[in-house]
Amino acid sequence: MSLVIADSLADALSALAGGARPIAGGSDLVVGARQGTAALPEALVAIDRLDELKGIVTDESGVRIGAGVTHAELMTDPVIVDGLTALADAAALVGSPSTRNVGTIGGNVMNASPAMDTGAPLVVLGATVELATTGGSRRVPVSELWDGPGTTTAAADELCVALHVPPSGDRSGSAYVRLEYRRAMEIAVVGAAAAVTLDDSGALATARVALTAVAPSIVEVTGLDLTGRSAEDAVASVADAARGAASPISDLRASDGYRLHTVGVMASRAVDAAIRRAGGDSIAVPVNRAEGIGASR
Amino acid sequence: MNQDYTLEVNGVEYPVSADTSRNLLSVIRGDVGLTGTKEGCDDCECGACMVLLDGQPVNSCSFLAAQAAGRRITTIEGVMDGEHLSSLQAAMIEEGGVQCGFCTPGMVMSATALLGTNPEPDEEEVRIGLSGNLCRCTGYTKIVEAVMRAASETGDS
Repeated sequence: MSLVIADSLADALSALAGGARPIAGGSDLVVGARQGTAALPEALVAIDRLDELKGIVTDESGVRIGAGVTHAELMTDPVIVDGLTALADAAALVGSPSTRNVGTIGGNVMNASPAMDTGAPLVVLGATVELATTGGSRRVPVSELWDGPGTTTAAADELCVALHVPPSGDRSGSAYVRLEYRRAMEIAVVGAAAAVTLDDSGALATARVALTAVAPSIVEVTGLDLTGRSAEDAVASVADAARGAASPISDLRASDGYRLHTVGVMASRAVDAAIRRAGGDSIAVPVNRAEGIGASR
Repeated sequence: MNQDYTLEVNGVEYPVSADTSRNLLSVIRGDVGLTGTKEGCDDCECGACMVLLDGQPVNSCSFLAAQAAGRRITTIEGVMDGEHLSSLQAAMIEEGGVQCGFCTPGMVMSATALLGTNPEPDEEEVRIGLSGNLCRCTGYTKIVEAVMRAASETGDS
């Protein structure tokens, strides 16, 4: 096999057009190869040093998160922590410090695991993924990118170069929580993200909820009409709505029935934390640690 | 396919000619010849293989060696303070943070990185900093105490 370290985005896109596969931190690709999931591709192009994929930039159209931004950066960047808090909650729960140093949001999104922590936050925040080739680029809502466990609708020569998140209004907040059996090096048993906006009376103006590890891909709870509901009412009613959107499997980490029950609990907690953040409460990142959700020490 | 590149390990440049699929752990141990970095799970779970890339902890078992060319690699052989143990290494001995010793290099690397960015961590921050490192002997308490001791000694000086 061969490995080329790309000097520019154009170099990387040319390599992809020639059949190479991209590698950033290698935390999925190299680990997968060593576990026998899939052999390393014959040709790799390293994209972890590309300035074009770095950085978190805000303008009138929202926030652009470079695909090469690491989980360690996401969990501490003020733009993410203050404005896209659910994404910071999720990034802070991924793996361990070393995983978060090498793992990137672009890699996490394109790996398309149904248990990915950053996925549900990106859905509720309305994110689109920017895919580039030598011929140009296009944007796709993240929920239309994932096609099943480990598969996406992106073509082989398309590189994820950024995630774009539109601005959210005043009195908005978001949160991500997950059920976990241990506090680090863990994969979500189930998880839920919520993003809400409050009206002047403190009732819900908008609300989106998405679920982790209860379907072949991250799923949004559709048909959720919480507009005008009080916080208490929304927290109470979202659990059943979440269970209605879930179609979990049984595996070594949990049974389908356990996942179905607990994803409702996680959805309620995510909505509760998002509403409190929207109302001005400061809940530290990640909510799991701040609120004692998930594994205790 | 063999690829020729240079790795900078602990400030020394090593010419390497190795198959592109080789991981950094394998090249550090087998080609560079520094065997302080350990292979535990070989699966990115246990942290025995932890090295620093540009000062940040990375599981070397799951990082391609060729991808580390041009970056600053630090291993356990590179953390001493000149001829003396670093304050963290000394604290690990004094607090009894070492039993069988197999996880120790990885623990020291993660803790070195933590103290580099956060010289006065609280206990929770130390536990998070070491959360990618498994130890099957100590129960972690003495390791955490050693890092806290090193932090307070560094902070005092």
